[in-house]
Amino acid sequence: MFKNFKHEKIETNAGLLLVLTMMAISVAGLVEIAPLFFLKNTVEQVDGVRPYTPLEQRGRDIYIREGCYTCHSQMIRPFRDEQLRYGHYSLAAESKYDHPFQWGSKRTGPDLARVGGKYSNEWHVQHMIDPKSVVPESVMPRYPWLLETRLDVSDLTQRLRALRRVGVPYSDNEEEYRRNVEQFGEDVARTLHIPDALKNLLAQAQEHNYDGDRSSVSEMDALIAYLQVLGTMVDFSKINPEDLVKYR
Amino acid sequence: MADQSHSHAPSQGVQTTGHVWDGDLQEYNNPLPLWWTWAFYGTIVFALVYWVFYPSWPVGQGFFSGISKVTFINAQGEEESWHWNTRAKLLSEMQAAADLQKPFYDRIAATPYEAIIHDPELTSFVVSAGKVLFADNCAACHQAGGQGKIGFYPNLTDDDWLYGGTFAAINETLTKGRRGYMPPFGEALPAADIDALAHYVLSLSGHAVDADKAARGNRLFHSHQAACYYCHGDDAKGRQDMGAPNLTDQVWLWADVPGARDDAARINAVRQVIIRGLDRGVMPAWEGRLSPEQIKLLTVYVHQLGGGQ
Repeated sequence: MFKNFKHEKIETNAGLLLVLTMMAISVAGLVEIAPLFFLKNTVEQVDGVRPYTPLEQRGRDIYIREGCYTCHSQMIRPFRDEQLRYGHYSLAAESKYDHPFQWGSKRTGPDLARVGGKYSNEWHVQHMIDPKSVVPESVMPRYPWLLETRLDVSDLTQRLRALRRVGVPYSDNEEEYRRNVEQFGEDVARTLHIPDALKNLLAQAQEHNYDGDRSSVSEMDALIAYLQVLGTMVDFSKINPEDLVKYR
Repeated sequence: MADQSHSHAPSQGVQTTGHVWDGDLQEYNNPLPLWWTWAFYGTIVFALVYWVFYPSWPVGQGFFSGISKVTFINAQGEEESWHWNTRAKLLSEMQAAADLQKPFYDRIAATPYEAIIHDPELTSFVVSAGKVLFADNCAACHQAGGQGKIGFYPNLTDDDWLYGGTFAAINETLTKGRRGYMPPFGEALPAADIDALAHYVLSLSGHAVDADKAARGNRLFHSHQAACYYCHGDDAKGRQDMGAPNLTDQVWLWADVPGARDDAARINAVRQVIIRGLDRGVMPAWEGRLSPEQIKLLTVYVHQLGGGQ
């Protein structure tokens, strides 16, 4: 069959070239992608990861809207310098409810995967209004409008329902709620119940008063609620480092 | 066609592939340089060797893990070997680095504070390691030199302490964090009373103020109505167990008195704090993020910034 085959036949026949090119790419794609669906022993199980509360989720939307990911990654790589500066390396499980994930790739600013709890809410407010006022060498732009803009909650339930459709376990009925109680415990499950989303959002903003002003819920409230939960869900003091080694 | 005699481009004498399009369009046949070809074969050989040494091909639900090994110490203190991977490599690198610092950290943990600051070797370790830890964790608020920021974060280089400047107090502040609170008096007291209190507070640190108003503020300060003395103390020198600042010195954190232009602005700065109160001044808890030895080291570092007691 290949005896009289000449390379020129492919080069001068656009249809054949297209078919053969696609075949070559498909093989390469299959070899690289297909095994990922079957690999079992590289996925670690960790406790504590939960979907974001409505307020945190809205903060995440603002994080994406403002393009924070273009300068900040959320992926601590297993390198000594990163572990020393940012904390424990990121686990796949920690972003399993992120759609889309915010791992990022451009590291102009510091990694934010474990920024939660590292600074006070007040620091975050000041830093968003004018980053240079607290970090003189910073090149981060100012985001003063976050404090002045009321958080838009008009489409809150639709947003959560959209995430539920792609697999985030927000509950929309009694049965799903009970399943969440089993999986996450009652306190968390209550924050994931879509019909109560607005009530929960207002309660969280009121309780924590992220932006220092309880009279209304600003976009700053939501963004700081999100930043303060990043990387805090897994308790690494309960995990042996060598157990995670075995998942690679 | 390859066996046909190739035509030659008349201008340069380079062989062509023999294809002719549109009657006169030809293609040069320049073979790849030999070094390039061999480099290409070299990458293939490299890949074959790499597959053998490192995790590579998927097999069933797992993968071939390669023959390279990384050794680390497990929780039982035994040496353990695992196939090469970034997590094992990190663990072994972290352990190697920790081993280098271990003698120092062990001595820090075992040595009382007073002895650490009199041991030149330990002090120099505290200063160099502490500088890095401080820059990574503390400088965002307290600034690179620990000078703080008026209106936001306390200065760590002076001898004025909200929660105490002893080793034990600094260690507790670092470990558990702090939260500043002062109730707002804007609605509880009439404006004239707040004005009088502001005059009195400024008089405590030697500022020239209206003596009558200050005297009235003095009475209010020690009355049950305003009850300022309850947190700031009878002598207004503050109570460190409540995080209430000393009002008699020249050090200001919340009211920007040093930055004020004139007497009126100074009085207003103090008045604003009394009206609004404070529900801020949050110091995060570093327990969990930093190890107890690191916190002890930072305690000494902050103590030696200038104001330790």
